[in-house]
Amino acid sequence: MNVNAKVGRVCWLVLATAWAAGAAPLEFDFRDPKGVNNVVFHLDAPLESISGSATGISGKVTFDPDDPAATRGRLVVAAESLHVPNPMMKQHLHGPQWMDVKRFPEIVFEAVTLEDVKQGGNEVTAKVRGRMTIRDVTREMVVPVRLTYLKDKLGARTNGQMQGDLLVIRSRFTIRRSDFGINPNAPRDKVADEIELTLSLAGAAPRS
Amino acid sequence: MKGRWTWRRVFRLLALGLAVAGLAGWLAGGAHVGWTQTSVPVRTLDEVTGLEAIHYERRFVPGLDFVAVLWAAAGLVAGLSFLFRKDALVAPSLPTNKNRKEEP
Repeated sequence: MNVNAKVGRVCWLVLATAWAAGAAPLEFDFRDPKGVNNVVFHLDAPLESISGSATGISGKVTFDPDDPAATRGRLVVAAESLHVPNPMMKQHLHGPQWMDVKRFPEIVFEAVTLEDVKQGGNEVTAKVRGRMTIRDVTREMVVPVRLTYLKDKLGARTNGQMQGDLLVIRSRFTIRRSDFGINPNAPRDKVADEIELTLSLAGAAPRS
Repeated sequence: MKGRWTWRRVFRLLALGLAVAGLAGWLAGGAHVGWTQTSVPVRTLDEVTGLEAIHYERRFVPGLDFVAVLWAAAGLVAGLSFLFRKDALVAPSLPTNKNRKEEP
């Protein structure tokens, strides 16, 4: 084998490795040390609508920029991190009738499939079919999402301490508290049955 | 009765003070038409991701329930004033205007 052939083979091997590395799905970790990730919840009530947020978010999502339809993942919200500005309301929210955070410490959403996937630039919109578990009640749901893939942006977020990519997930959808046994006896003229959820999450896929 | 500190008068002034404090505190706290809050959300923009972060700052924001509690307390104190006789003095031993007139 002459030198040119050897060089050619090495080049092909390098290119193939680079392609394989680039094409591999990336795993994004949604535990956010910056504390930006949040889920905002909103319920209508007569005097003032109840609004709060949760920041105790963790979980991992596998995302392939070349095949966003293959996105899978599991996101977890620590129920203890649910916060509302009124202390008595927060006590009730964490209590046995509402979220019962001692018995059910996690709210989980598991993405199973992506449908109706549309990609434009670094943005992907889709409908995620998944399983939502609240208070040990699991319901299948389809929720709209907008994914933004930020290649090589992890460095900008960590002041250069880590290099890698970011995946931003935005979603807004409604669940019914009666579906998950969240204080089903609370009169609906006092607190609405619908809970509007807004997810603003960023996950990191560091490169070693 | 003018100028004499009776229990009735003391309780009614206290009730008035509570009612005024409730309203003034609510107005000074931003006249929040909702429930009392002990923390308020502060939103900041994460420039890299474009996401809005929510942090809670410890701050007391009196709501309508704050006014309601103080007004209920004012009503209770005003109601208690009726338990005292009209002429029950806070300090009967102190000289009053009436007593002074009777002095030679």
